Formats: sequence, C-alpha cells, structure tokens
Amino acid sequence: MSVTENEVRHVAVLARLGLDADQIPTIAAELNGILAHMEILSRVDTSAVGAVTGIGAAGTPLRVDGGNQIPLVRPREAFAPAMRDGFLLVPRLATHEDQDAESP
Amino acid sequence: MTVPVASAAELARQHAMGTTPPGKTVEQAFARAAEVDAGPSGLNAMLWHDRDAALGAAAEVVELARQGNRPGPLAGVPVVVKDNIATLTMPTTCGSRILEGYVSPFEATVVTRLRTAGAIIIGKTNMDEFAMGSSTENSAYGPARNPLDPTRVPGGSSGGSAACVAAGIVRVALGSETGGSVRQPAAFCGIVGVKPTYGRVSRYGLVAFASSLDQVGVFGRTVEDAAIGLGVIAGRDRYDSTSADVAVDDYVATASESLHGVVIGRPREYFPDSLDARIRERCDAALEKLRELGATVRHVSLPHTDLAIPTYYIIAPAEASSNLARFDGVRYGVRAKATALREMYADTRSHGFGREVTRRILLGTYVLSAGYYDAYYRKAQEVRALIASDFQNVFDRGVDVLFTPTAPTPAFPIGAKADPYEMYLSDIFTATANLAGIPALSLPIGRVDGLPVGGQVMGRHFAEAALFRVAFAIERALGEAAHR
Repeated sequence: MSVTENEVRHVAVLARLGLDADQIPTIAAELNGILAHMEILSRVDTSAVGAVTGIGAAGTPLRVDGGNQIPLVRPREAFAPAMRDGFLLVPRLATHEDQDAESP
Repeated sequence: MTVPVASAAELARQHAMGTTPPGKTVEQAFARAAEVDAGPSGLNAMLWHDRDAALGAAAEVVELARQGNRPGPLAGVPVVVKDNIATLTMPTTCGSRILEGYVSPFEATVVTRLRTAGAIIIGKTNMDEFAMGSSTENSAYGPARNPLDPTRVPGGSSGGSAACVAAGIVRVALGSETGGSVRQPAAFCGIVGVKPTYGRVSRYGLVAFASSLDQVGVFGRTVEDAAIGLGVIAGRDRYDSTSADVAVDDYVATASESLHGVVIGRPREYFPDSLDARIRERCDAALEKLRELGATVRHVSLPHTDLAIPTYYIIAPAEASSNLARFDGVRYGVRAKATALREMYADTRSHGFGREVTRRILLGTYVLSAGYYDAYYRKAQEVRALIASDFQNVFDRGVDVLFTPTAPTPAFPIGAKADPYEMYLSDIFTATANLAGIPALSLPIGRVDGLPVGGQVMGRHFAEAALFRVAFAIERALGEAAHR
C-alpha cells in the first residue's frame, strides 16, 4: 500500500490540519517511507492471538461515572475568559479580537 | 566545575536534622544551573523555573519540621519535572508552541506526591514536543544538549530532565515514557532511569500522548536516588482508573539483598550482529559481574522483538492522533485568528504543532482511517500481544529479569538523524517494555569513546523491586568502571 497525495489531503482534513500545497508531496513521501517499514507486520501470522485491548492483568478498568472529580485549585472563574450565570462565556469566533462584541 | 555529591537520601537527612537548611540546597541547585548554563543559551535543559516558589517551599519544609512533623523521604530535595506534567505555578507546554503560556488549573498526582514527600519542584524541563522524539531536538524551544558533550543530544524525549540530573543540578527528576523516553536519555547521559509497570504510577496530570503506553518515570543520579523517587510517586490514585491497587515495595531495601537464586535472561535478539561490539562487551562485562555475585545467566529468546518498532509506530501515533485532537484553539493555549470554525481549528493546529507531531498525527489518522484500520492498527495490536507473550513465556520459565543494552548507540550528534525512521530505531530496545507494560530500568555500565552506555534491566509486571535489586548489585560491582 502506498499513500497518495489525495490521501494525505483527506487525512489532513480528518486530522484538522491545514497543509500547504507544497508540503503534500514531501509528507506523502515521508509517510510512504515510514509505512514501508510497517509492511513486515502483514507477514506475521496472528491468527492464534487476539488484539491487545488492555495492558496488564486488570485489562482496561473504567472509572466511576460520578461526575466531575477534578480538584481544581482555582475556581473556574479564575481562568475563564468570562462567566455569566454559572456558564463560561467565550469570544465569538468571527469577532474574538473584539471584547465589546463577545456577548452572545 | 564540581558536581554536588550528596545523595537525595543524604540531603533529606541533613534537612531533617537541621544541619543544612533546605533553602541553601535550593540556592545551590539554582547556582549549579547557572554554572552549567541550563537555560536556552547553554544546555537548554530547563524551560521554566520559579525560585520564589521553591524558596517558599523550602521554608515550609523547615516550618513543618519545627512543628514536629515527620520529614518526608525527599525533605527539601530539589527536583525538576518534565514539561508535560501539570504544575500550578509554572507553565505546562509540552515543549509545544500550541500550549504556549498554558498554566494548568490542577496538579499532577506525581507532583503532589513529590511535594508531600518534601521535594522542592525547582523547574520544568525541555522535551521533544508532546514527548514525540528520541533526542529532545523536536522542542519548540530548541534542542537540549548533553552535559557530557554539548555537541550531542541528551536523548529523548525527556532529555531536559536527564541533562539536569547529569549536570548535577538535581539528584532526582521526573520524565515520562511512551517508548523509552526515560531509559534512553538516562543511558545517553550516564545516569539511572526507570520506567515503572503500566499502572504503577498515576498518569493524572501527565498530558496524554499514547494512553496505553504512557507512564511517568524517574531519573536518579544513582540507583538509590531513582528508587527513592519511584517509591514516593508509586501507588494507586483515584484520579487515574488505570493506576493499580498493588502494594508498593521498599525499593531501597533491596540494596542489601544478595543475587543468589536470581535468574537473569540474556535475550539474543537484543545482541544482534550489527550491535556495536563495544556496547556488547560492556553488557557482557556487567553480566559477568552478576554471575560472580551469585546470579545465574541464561540465554533466552524474545522472537518478536524485531516487530516492536513497526508495531509501536502504528499504535503510538494512532493514540496520539486521538489524544491531541483536543488541542484545537478552543480550550488550551494559543488560537489562530480566523473567521470560520474549521479554518480556526486547522490554522491553530498547523501553526501550533511542530513537524514531527504533525507527521505522527497524520500517520496515526491514516492507520485508523477506513480501509487501513485492519491492515495497520488492528494488526499492530495483535502483534503487540505476541510481543507481550514473548516476555510472559521467559518469565514463566523461571527467568526473573532480563538484561540488555538500553540503546544501540551512545548519544549521537545534534542533527545527525534526519530520516524519521532512523530516529525511531533509537527505541529499538526500549519500546518492547512499553508495548508489554512491564517495568524496565537503565543504568550506566561503562563508556564508549568517552560517552555513556546504558544497561537495561526488565522484569515482570510490578516487579520493580527485582529490577532495583539487580541494579543496586551492578552499580556496586562496577563502581567507577560504570563511568569509564
């Protein structure tokens, strides 16, 4: 398998990365160079094993779905841009440089 | 230039007895950092420091002792931590432009535990961006340098922490491991580095790179320094559900144990014909010392070792592509100016991430994408199971620990490895332990062309005590020869 320039563009969209047009051929070549070393895996017989889903005897434990457990040392107000009625106010995207226009 | 000689244990003892004020030790650490030029114009090992907070913490250690509180095992001992571990008074940037100026509103559990043990966090250290690298050249703040030869890399990705220990600024430092990022820089800088079992140490507050591989690790100037550091940070943490509820051994106590009855495996795949003969010789000399101390050395095989790098460099980028999706200009760090949401995401990420991180995000996204998932990601997870079973097989056959070289070469010159895959091969002897989740430790076993060579000890899950037992024995037996 080899990565085409179109696939690089597609993957960049999925990854939300903006790439300049002149970067695409270089990145495609780099990815192909790396993936060529991965081809060895296709020749390994793994029919007798399952994929790893967790490391160690405990597998992958789940945490209790009990709400926010994060102990913040400062209240949210201390690092939020602004607060109103317990909600974070963030700048509008198109006008985020303009403090006067940030109210929803 | 004289390297301070007092160990972490000795410093803590002096502080507890009141014979040395912790504030003086902290000042000495900063003086040493200035002497070796740990900042951007020199080693570029330390990114951030907070002298006032450090001196305040040192005063607290004195006050707690005055009130009759029992001093912790690191009372007043200066420590540095890697810049991907959350602290409250200094930035946590992961060596990345995208987190420039970010100060965490919460603290990593390992930092809390260090402070509870009396340690003084004096600074944050340089690293490969988001821990992606093996040389600390991929930092937005420029490359760190090896204190033993500043034209060479200190290893990576935790190269700044390793350099601070090797330069004599601190005796103990924290790094993080995903594929060898503590052990390899420890080997390159001639110090001790330990990667604990997956689940041995809380990852809460460690910025995630590849969550099934990441662990916080410890550097020490000596085996004892590292043993004390790991003992302090190890153990279950309710904020990390993958941290295990397994009792923490007294790692320092293993120093006095003999090696009679210990079976050490020498896996042939870690000693290929292409290995530098001088590195092989240093390893075999260390094994001979272990034999003289009563251990049995057995030749063993880990047949899937050569698959570790391809496997690792599919799984780690895949997980990274998911973990780093959160850095989009909305919640953390810098935000690109844009009028449309998707444009803002793309511009923020493209300008915020460096070249290696971008490459790995693209690689990870590709191997997870429709049509390629089974061929790459699923296959890699299956091969990972084979690699883990290799280790289980030798341990089931009575081998207590394995001994190997830590890295295939000593520290290489800055800029020497331009090809990404050639750089990835630096992890060839270390990534296996991360894939299998087992503990591993690197310690100095000699020099080649004046550059340190590391020997690696690997063991069963949660058998860190066995690693330290062997490491103490090698350190004692080699003595000064470990640094010649």
